[in-house]
Amino acid sequence: MSMNRRQFLKIAGLTTIAGVGGPVIVAGMKERLLEASELVDVPERSGALTAQRWGMVVDMSRFRTEADRQKVIDACHHIHNVPDFGNPKDEIKWIWPETYEHAFPGREDEYMPHALKEMPFLVLCNHCANPPCVRVCPTKATFKRKDGIVMMDMHRCIGCRFCMAACPFGARSFNWRDPRGKDAQGRPFIRKENPEYPTRTIGVVEKCTFCTERLAKGLQPACAEASDGGLVFGDLEDENSDIRNKLRNHFTIRRKTELGTSPSVYYVIGGAEHV
Amino acid sequence: MFEKALQGNKSYWIWIFVLLAITGAGFLAYLRQFTYGLGVTGMSRDVSWGFYIGQFTFLVGIAASGVMLVLPYYLHNYKKFGRLVILGEFLAISAVIMCILFIFVDLGQPRRVMNVMLHPTPNSVMFWDMVVLVGYLILNVVIGWTVLGAERKGTPPQGWVKPLIYLSIAWAPSIHTVTAFLYAGLPGRHFWLSAIMAARFLASAFASGPALLIILALIIRRVTRFDPGKEAIQTLGKIVTYFMLTNVFFLGLEFFTAFYSGIPGHIHTFEYLYAGIEGHDKLVPLMRISSVLAVVAVFLLIFPKIRANETMLALASVAVFISLWIDKGFGLVVGGFIPNMFEKVVEYWPTGLELLISLGVWAIGLLVLTALYKIAISVKEEVEL
Repeated sequence: MSMNRRQFLKIAGLTTIAGVGGPVIVAGMKERLLEASELVDVPERSGALTAQRWGMVVDMSRFRTEADRQKVIDACHHIHNVPDFGNPKDEIKWIWPETYEHAFPGREDEYMPHALKEMPFLVLCNHCANPPCVRVCPTKATFKRKDGIVMMDMHRCIGCRFCMAACPFGARSFNWRDPRGKDAQGRPFIRKENPEYPTRTIGVVEKCTFCTERLAKGLQPACAEASDGGLVFGDLEDENSDIRNKLRNHFTIRRKTELGTSPSVYYVIGGAEHV
Repeated sequence: MFEKALQGNKSYWIWIFVLLAITGAGFLAYLRQFTYGLGVTGMSRDVSWGFYIGQFTFLVGIAASGVMLVLPYYLHNYKKFGRLVILGEFLAISAVIMCILFIFVDLGQPRRVMNVMLHPTPNSVMFWDMVVLVGYLILNVVIGWTVLGAERKGTPPQGWVKPLIYLSIAWAPSIHTVTAFLYAGLPGRHFWLSAIMAARFLASAFASGPALLIILALIIRRVTRFDPGKEAIQTLGKIVTYFMLTNVFFLGLEFFTAFYSGIPGHIHTFEYLYAGIEGHDKLVPLMRISSVLAVVAVFLLIFPKIRANETMLALASVAVFISLWIDKGFGLVVGGFIPNMFEKVVEYWPTGLELLISLGVWAIGLLVLTALYKIAISVKEEVEL
């Protein structure tokens, strides 16, 4: 193939542009697109609990019975006016139990203790450091705060459910019908409404918020408060926090870390005192 | 030129009123969904996108396929497509309108739809999908209308249209690429997380769209005095053949990676779709029909002698269209959610109301298509006869 000077220069030029441009584009994508989640300021309030990155440890050794789990779930679902539609199709849940093999799919081993395989782990939104739900939301209705909490703006959500497709943890629920409504027997879906917390409208997505409304008042999340130490909530960036102490002294696992979302919820599998 | 859509014989008006009636029924069904919520559909916490988003995805492909006529005609000066190009462009308009409507009926809070523009979010693929779809709609409306208007006057189209046409050629693949990116960039959805997704989307689009155009062209020849041209239809047949083969090949690549690697997450959805998992097999009959039709279509298309027979070509086109409609309009979207994020199988099946709303959207699309085709064909008849 013969090539004149002009053609050579053209190709050389294009190659240079591609060579220089490629990495610039990649760097730009990383910064602008992939980590686009502009962090949103946490409203300042005196007496509020603050952190650089909130996280939670679920200590399964403290959840021996169904009652241990249920009181935590009830505490959350009651104060947040989570409706109960009585069927799995419309179900909305913020925190709930899943057995080991479902909470940690792909991690189950053939000969692991049956008790562990069937152990119901409490699962909730992981408040990922790199949340795919925030990345995909077309209206910034779901966003990340500077303290690491992944939040929802229920007044902005258009109900496209892209976040539900994107969340690898199935942490998000959609209001398939009116949560403020009643069933055929006239029983309200929200059994006992908590007037301190807003109810939602039809057609929006919701999930655990690490109780931002309570943190603002200086209170621990409702689930942690009700858990008798089974749920340790604290600042992952603070070396001296209880949660870091827990993480230092126990072997913990997180869900689906291979996906790179970096969950902020850790699990102590428990059993013996110091496993 | 609009007036042409308002003049027609009795069968034209019967067809229009049938479509209007279906649209009306769909609208009533939508009102029910609007008040009750999306709970009227078969969707759930686990399968949170269903028939609507499937139809949307399939129709983006139909819209993009207009480029299969525009490109040979304008870039390669393939004159035989002269009579068909406008049909491709107008099909794209109708398809994009249906896409937008399918997204709209899928929204939980449709009144807030403008939030996508009020709070533009460049890190969301959905934002870009809106940008490319709206852009493509505008391009096709402007180009189609201007070129047809010029043809009516017997003058060449205005000079400024040319750059827009070239832009639309580059734009068409972008709409389907971006639509594929809605799926192909989600961590944890193994079935969708495939680099070949966009390529497969384009291949299936460029097979199903021209297949639909062949069917439409043959219908037009029957019901009007306008003949899109035997050779043009044969060329479309060739395009369908190549892209259908490419599509089947790409699907084969997905199967290879999943089953040879043996990684469970990659296998599960294929298993669910084509064989069922632990008795959960609602989609299996559909997917098998899709596969059989694909094989039949490839057989009819691959031999030039069979393809040259217009009846056979029509049959093959119908087979391609239905096969890919099932594959992309149903299996692809629903399959991505099964098994769910907890590796449990929760199935999905559309409800009657959901199908009625979808039918309504299709009826609106067909109304737009009928009106546009009526205008285009009337102009062509006027010029030629």
